[in-house]
Amino acid sequence: MAKTWRICLLLLRFLAFSATLASVIVVTTSHERVSFLTISIEAKYTNSAAFKYFVIAYSIVTVYGFLVLFLPQESLLWRLVVALDLVFTVLLISSISAALAIAQVGKKGNDYAGWLPICGQVPKYCDRVTGGLAAGLIAVITYIVLLLHSIHTVLDPLLLRKN
Amino acid sequence: MASANGDKVEFGFNTVPMTKQKKDWIHLSLRVVAFLATASATIVMATNKQTKSFAVATIGTTPIRATLTAKFSHTPAFVFFVVANGNASLHNLVMITMDILGTKLDCKGLRLALIAILDLMVVTLASAGDGAATFMSELGKNGNSHARWNKICDKFEPYCNRGGIALITSFIGNILLLIITVMSIIKLLKLNRINHVAP
Repeated sequence: MAKTWRICLLLLRFLAFSATLASVIVVTTSHERVSFLTISIEAKYTNSAAFKYFVIAYSIVTVYGFLVLFLPQESLLWRLVVALDLVFTVLLISSISAALAIAQVGKKGNDYAGWLPICGQVPKYCDRVTGGLAAGLIAVITYIVLLLHSIHTVLDPLLLRKN
Repeated sequence: MASANGDKVEFGFNTVPMTKQKKDWIHLSLRVVAFLATASATIVMATNKQTKSFAVATIGTTPIRATLTAKFSHTPAFVFFVVANGNASLHNLVMITMDILGTKLDCKGLRLALIAILDLMVVTLASAGDGAATFMSELGKNGNSHARWNKICDKFEPYCNRGGIALITSFIGNILLLIITVMSIIKLLKLNRINHVAP
């Protein structure tokens, strides 16, 4: 029973790691060049500061997730994992919120500011970035669940252990 | 069954010793400052509006003027920012009231756990709002030449300045909320409940 629980948690951590890795890879390799008449437009993730922040934050969390997968069960560092889980969850949610805000402007435009949507001109880039952000959203939700679990296991907030 | 400091500890859910609890003034004062910061960020951004008339064309010698308004509700990221900071300030207000008036209220010993979990949720919400609003303002300030989005801050400078002030106060509130969350989580450690075995 305890062993299946441990394997479940390891799988959850692996899911979080792979979701962050997938979103980093998808957003980094998304670029499209379209040219009509004499104008050539290239859409890359480095064009926007929010996407750069997104990629950097998710790369950091990918490395952290990879290292935590190998932490042995009896280590005292699981207390540090509680703190680091909190910090990295806050980082993840801030970066995905920023990337979603800019992507929403790219998809729908902003009439009041006179900003036209760019998804009509570079549809493949738009689709790839949407996919990357969706994977990022899965990663955020998984990290929130993992954070709540870390606090539950290490700190016992619901007073379930009678000793 | 005796606990480490000799207080009478009951078996079961009510293991929180309710006698001799010193008031944590640092925690309370941090909450007050965080409440003021997030509330002011909400109010400054929600009342952020500027109307300006431009001359768009000239017929003969009379210029045709169009009136443009910049409001926070034009941008979904700023609406989310206002909502998130409003939530954070309401949460802080409720926590301050509970701390001052309702120290005896407890939900089967779960008070500290509830405070910690709610603090976690609010700090993630507030940081999401901050992140979105920061990058939208950066877009408004610098524009994006690749997507051909013009900057708007050169025409609506007071609007941009007020938005910047709201953003800075929200950052201060966010950092204080993070410190408060860490303190709330550490309080869960103080009742000799920590288990040294990992998950």
